[in-house]
Amino acid sequence: MLRIEKLSVSHGAISALDDVTFSVNDGEIVAVIGSNGAGKTTLLRTLSGLLKPKSGIAQWQGKDLLNRKPENLVREGIVHISDGKSVITELSVEENLVLGGIWRKDKEAVNKIHNEVLEIFPRLKERSDQRADTLSGGERQMLAIGRALISGPKLLLLDEPSLGLAPLIIEQIFAVISRLRKEFGLTVLLVEQNAHSALGIADRAVVINLGKVVAEGSAKEIAANPELAKAYLGY
Amino acid sequence: MMRIFSTLLIGISAGSIYSLMALALVLVWRSTRVVNFAQAGQAILSTYIGYIVISHTDNYWLALPIALIAGGFIGGVVDILLIRPVARRTNNEVAPIILTLGLLGLLRSLVGMTWGGDLRQYKAPVTNHGFTFGKTTIPFSPFNLLIVITALVVMVIFTVIFQKTKLGLALRAAAFSPEIARLSGVRVDLVRTIGWMFAGAAGAVAGVLITPQNGLTPNSLDLLLVLGFVGAVIGGLESMVGAVIGGLVLGIGLAFILEFVSTSLAFASAFMVLIVVLILKPAGIFGKAGPRDA
Repeated sequence: MLRIEKLSVSHGAISALDDVTFSVNDGEIVAVIGSNGAGKTTLLRTLSGLLKPKSGIAQWQGKDLLNRKPENLVREGIVHISDGKSVITELSVEENLVLGGIWRKDKEAVNKIHNEVLEIFPRLKERSDQRADTLSGGERQMLAIGRALISGPKLLLLDEPSLGLAPLIIEQIFAVISRLRKEFGLTVLLVEQNAHSALGIADRAVVINLGKVVAEGSAKEIAANPELAKAYLGY
Repeated sequence: MMRIFSTLLIGISAGSIYSLMALALVLVWRSTRVVNFAQAGQAILSTYIGYIVISHTDNYWLALPIALIAGGFIGGVVDILLIRPVARRTNNEVAPIILTLGLLGLLRSLVGMTWGGDLRQYKAPVTNHGFTFGKTTIPFSPFNLLIVITALVVMVIFTVIFQKTKLGLALRAAAFSPEIARLSGVRVDLVRTIGWMFAGAAGAVAGVLITPQNGLTPNSLDLLLVLGFVGAVIGGLESMVGAVIGGLVLGIGLAFILEFVSTSLAFASAFMVLIVVLILKPAGIFGKAGPRDA
């Protein structure tokens, strides 16, 4: 279980997250939704060790996450796919994938998952020697997800996987996330501005606005609440 | 015809040393975004360490690897003790660069205090007299050939490490995108230090290769530093291949100007090339246009 309690983060004098409390159960997909600037990305960056919090607690399986280095958190199965530039464009597709398992000593397991990733995303296999900047937006997102899988994730932190993608591609990406959760037993914390797509695959959702949690509930409840939709989700 | 060919060979020999220095500068620039003026200071210290070995053992082939290891060690120490703490304490990108300028002065003074300012000779392992074909002797000597081969071996080893090994992948990933590298589990601080070590080693080899012909003083590698920068800039600063080609182009260009135009013009033209390239193609002749993201 991922447990977040009274988490506050600020960028200099500006408060980005204020007393955020919620949790994600094992095997769940929880969507954090809210408009641009609500603090969603800050939340993920703090959990993966890229940002330092001001105060609060975040624990994964009872172990503290905060104020640790990203490279150490990856070794415990906390894998963050950051938004936008989530692949290294100067490297080849294959190199991006190898990068995901670069720290792992269990070579056989890495090879096995590497091959599975190529089966799940055949496009990556076709393009394995190409530089990642030749890929389309959707293919890059697949590559980022593939790389994350090779890191052996238990908790996947996904930042705006729909960003800049066409509706049909978004649908495919979300279907893959849903499928991977089952196949790999992942726990997923998904941050999205695209509330509609996120609520479609999430079990539960947390709505944040200006750094504060303003609503929490099952994805169905949140999606069916017209007030929320109007105030925060931009329907 | 013979004159053109022999000038070309001399150019390649000089250029391969510039390439090593350019490679050292590009390695540090790519991995830490620091323009390392101290590279000449690190190289001079490493070269004096090689000098000690050579003056005790008379063995160039022992001096070279010891200077290389010393250069790598010095590079690592500079990063850990100086660059890392400064980069951690300030977001000011200029601070570490000014630091390297200070370090250059400090290292040269240390070398001067320890070994004095006298010109010292570094014996070449093979003759510095040119090859003879029939009745003509060309300036290109067995030692020049050795310079080219040694530089080539170092570059091939670097290429294999960077392109074929996991360490190389980590080095490249950390240079291109430190954040994604970190999120993939790469220990970026450690990998950057390794980048500084490779750079220090390349600079040391350049120093040991150029010194038998130029002699050794605390300042004797300063011009090499500048020529390394020119080579690196011609190659676009970001690319290791570009640095090697840039160094060679510069070496060959200078050799032809020295031979066919004028000795006094040669180095002035190196600086002119630097300025012209920066004005017309700031990303280098081989670099991509536009600012680099991340």
